[in-house]
Amino acid sequence: MTDQQGQQPTGATGTTSAETDALDPAAQNSPPDELEKPREPEIGQWHTVMRSITSGNALVGVLSVFLAVLVGSVMILFTDEDVRATATYVFARPSDFFSASWFAISEAYSALFRGSIYNTRVDDPVTAIRPLTETLKFAGPLIAAGLGIGLTFRAGLFNIGGRGQMLLAGAAAGWVAVNVDAPLLVHLPLAVLAGMLAGALWAGLAGLLKARTGAHEVIVTIMLNYVGFYLVFYALSRQALLQAPDTVNPTSAPIPDTAVLPDMLGVRFNLHWGFGLALVAVAVVWWILDRSALGYRFRAVGENPHAAKAAGIDVGRTYVYAFLIAGALVGLAGTNQVLGTVTTGVTVDLDAGIGFDAITVALLGRSHPLGILGAGLLFGAFKAGGFSMQASQGIPVDIVLVIQSLIVLFIAAPPLVRAIFRLNRKGATA
Amino acid sequence: MQLALRDITKRFGALVANDRISLTVEPGEIHCLLGENGAGKSTLMNVLYGLYTADEGEIVLDGVTQSFDGPGDAIAAGIGMVHQHFMLVPVFTVAENLMLGNETTGLGGTLDVDAARERVREISARFGFDIDPDAVVEDLPVGAQQRVEIIKALSRDAQVLVFDEPTAVLTPRETDELMGIMRQLREAGTAIVFITHKLREVREVADRITVIRLGKVVGEAEPTASNAELASLMVGRPVELTVQKQPPTLGDDALVVDGLTVTDVTGLVHVNDVSFTVRAGEIMAVAGVQGNGQTELTEAIVGLQDHVRGSILLDGRELVGRSVRQVLDAGVGFVPEDRQVDGLVGSFSIAENLMLDRSFSGPFTSRFGGLRRAVRDAFAREKLAEYDVRAPGIETRAGNLSGGNQQKVVVARELSRDLRLLVAAQPTRGVDVGSIEFIHHQIVATRDAGIPVLVVSTELDEVVALADRIMVLYRGRIVGIVPADTPRDVLGLMMTGERPAGAVA
Repeated sequence: MTDQQGQQPTGATGTTSAETDALDPAAQNSPPDELEKPREPEIGQWHTVMRSITSGNALVGVLSVFLAVLVGSVMILFTDEDVRATATYVFARPSDFFSASWFAISEAYSALFRGSIYNTRVDDPVTAIRPLTETLKFAGPLIAAGLGIGLTFRAGLFNIGGRGQMLLAGAAAGWVAVNVDAPLLVHLPLAVLAGMLAGALWAGLAGLLKARTGAHEVIVTIMLNYVGFYLVFYALSRQALLQAPDTVNPTSAPIPDTAVLPDMLGVRFNLHWGFGLALVAVAVVWWILDRSALGYRFRAVGENPHAAKAAGIDVGRTYVYAFLIAGALVGLAGTNQVLGTVTTGVTVDLDAGIGFDAITVALLGRSHPLGILGAGLLFGAFKAGGFSMQASQGIPVDIVLVIQSLIVLFIAAPPLVRAIFRLNRKGATA
Repeated sequence: MQLALRDITKRFGALVANDRISLTVEPGEIHCLLGENGAGKSTLMNVLYGLYTADEGEIVLDGVTQSFDGPGDAIAAGIGMVHQHFMLVPVFTVAENLMLGNETTGLGGTLDVDAARERVREISARFGFDIDPDAVVEDLPVGAQQRVEIIKALSRDAQVLVFDEPTAVLTPRETDELMGIMRQLREAGTAIVFITHKLREVREVADRITVIRLGKVVGEAEPTASNAELASLMVGRPVELTVQKQPPTLGDDALVVDGLTVTDVTGLVHVNDVSFTVRAGEIMAVAGVQGNGQTELTEAIVGLQDHVRGSILLDGRELVGRSVRQVLDAGVGFVPEDRQVDGLVGSFSIAENLMLDRSFSGPFTSRFGGLRRAVRDAFAREKLAEYDVRAPGIETRAGNLSGGNQQKVVVARELSRDLRLLVAAQPTRGVDVGSIEFIHHQIVATRDAGIPVLVVSTELDEVVALADRIMVLYRGRIVGIVPADTPRDVLGLMMTGERPAGAVA
């Protein structure tokens, strides 16, 4: 968990550089308008910074991934036994060192590939393709939660509450699954909807507090993570609520078959319909943001709340709607975990860090549904491949977390990436 | 000291802000730099002041070529700048501001405030300024703050003084006083560069006039040139400076404001017990210096202000207490004062901006909450042509348009709804002369369609050109409501709060 939370200070550091970037007049590529009034402070810096981070361009995203992989390679060198051994006599026989280095890095990344896309070391094509289905399985909740976070970004909000929203959603879905007795066609949709509703309400609470009192959503959502965690923990330790009858551990009873998301490709693969639901969510969110009046208002409020307000759009209400929909999407991710990936019962670590990873996914996907789909697949691959990297090469799985965190760092600091690749600003901001 | 700029070129990416601009300013001369917003005047002065480095060309003072690495170098060389937005620390006293950046310290790092105080007194006495060195800057009126800026520049022995749009924030009387100060400085041998886009001021004080358009010097003019000649030089084509309009056909009382008081969160009163009536088919122009309650008045009508008392009746229906959306739906068109903040979403396309206040119902949304993009785009193309918005297409981001074209988009959006009232705040601020002409025509056409119009402007020219009646605001109160043909000097006096005999309150 600490690795996940470590991403937040990373984001904050990047903020500073993006800020200086936004304030550098000579870098703006246009002369200052002579009568231009300075913008009002409240929409000024924080808003500009947030926009530059959440809606950076695709090239910066790709380059950030590339840089992160590069830095990850250096880390792999440090952790590899052979490389360290050969480094002690690098001046005597440099070729040993370099071949060991090459071997370590290429093996690490090919293990990542074997673990996430296609296992080249088995003959049976069905077994060989299994890693890809694992990637999709991991990607499902990342995409769903990433869409939720991305949607709030588009409305000008930072939703850091993914963890709490997932926990509440998972608990609600689990409660319906365990306590309701119905046939699959009723039971499963009911459980999924209960989860999404719980997520929506938990996020909506943050939206309501922001709209009514002006409380900053970052603080509120972070704190609601803790409140949600301990609420679910409490429910899991009371048999009257959620705890399984025959245990002292904070866990619920296993999910009955009528509430489990069915396998998508048959019993030979772990891939369940949670991924299918995530794909549906991509289409729905695309429609909302690009084709609906509500999404138009989300974007208007996100880009310029003042103009939106002057045009009769109720900014506070729009915030609440954005949080409700976002919470439902993040809730879908939580539901996916409980009803699909880990069906042995609800626990307090059902979110598996997805609530925070989703922020990265949304950032990398530039808050666009299709971008989030791509970023979710990439991170799913990291998750699936990370284990095989550790298993076959002994490289700590944490390397993958480091790479993920570095991606955020590079995205949050676009000037850094531009400086490294000597991109001229015009090309980069097009 | 003689200042010569030779072939100054400054580029921002592909944009050439200054294209081989040459300029000579003699000591004891007021040299006017005239040009529209975005013509490159401020860029040129920022080059002179060391804030930008010119890509080509040189700055020569008394025959010596200079190279400035920053404002510090420019100040040391004897160049002073009075910025449009004052570079003063509001909570410091005048003397403390004077020392800023040039602190003389005594033993153990103590500040020598006494010397600065003495300097303020000495310069004030020399030019007849009435400035107390111990006054806190934020307590001073705007005109006095500007004098502090001038004192600050003079205290560094500035031989060349640049005034960047100095009258934008001043009352007519303060403007006259500033003109007097500039003449005094000229007699004392200072070389003055006066940047402005206001023709009246230019003709009043300038010894020489250089006109800049699109980053290039397009000509020099004599102060004896007529307004029309100067305007056509600035714009590059003949311009109609007066608004052609027929006498109004007045209808019934449409907008009836009674006892309107607007306060902010801290309880500060911005609009104080204001009552007036606008009839259908009439333009009521609100005159006053910026910050005398005009912003709050217009925002209160539209529903953007939270603490409003009194009553605003539009065709008999109460607007106070309604949401912005309800007010707009009641038929109020609103051109906000700051289009970049309140009028447009810069990152949205022109087409998207044109539906900003019609996203709940109307032609652009379907029954199921979807966007009818084809309808919207056809509408946008039509408005683009009708309002002569110069843009590559309807997909162009509004933020990339020039000020004039941005304002045309806002005006097009507001005027294409069924209106019962138009509220236009600063409709032509920062807009090029050509677009001003067009927007004024649209406002008059709206009036002629029988719609009541409330126009707020800090430019007396605009007020006089558009108004059927003029209401002057001072510190949130109505000084008087007077006919459109009221002499300018009377209006100027009213803007300082003095009520002339015979004015209707």
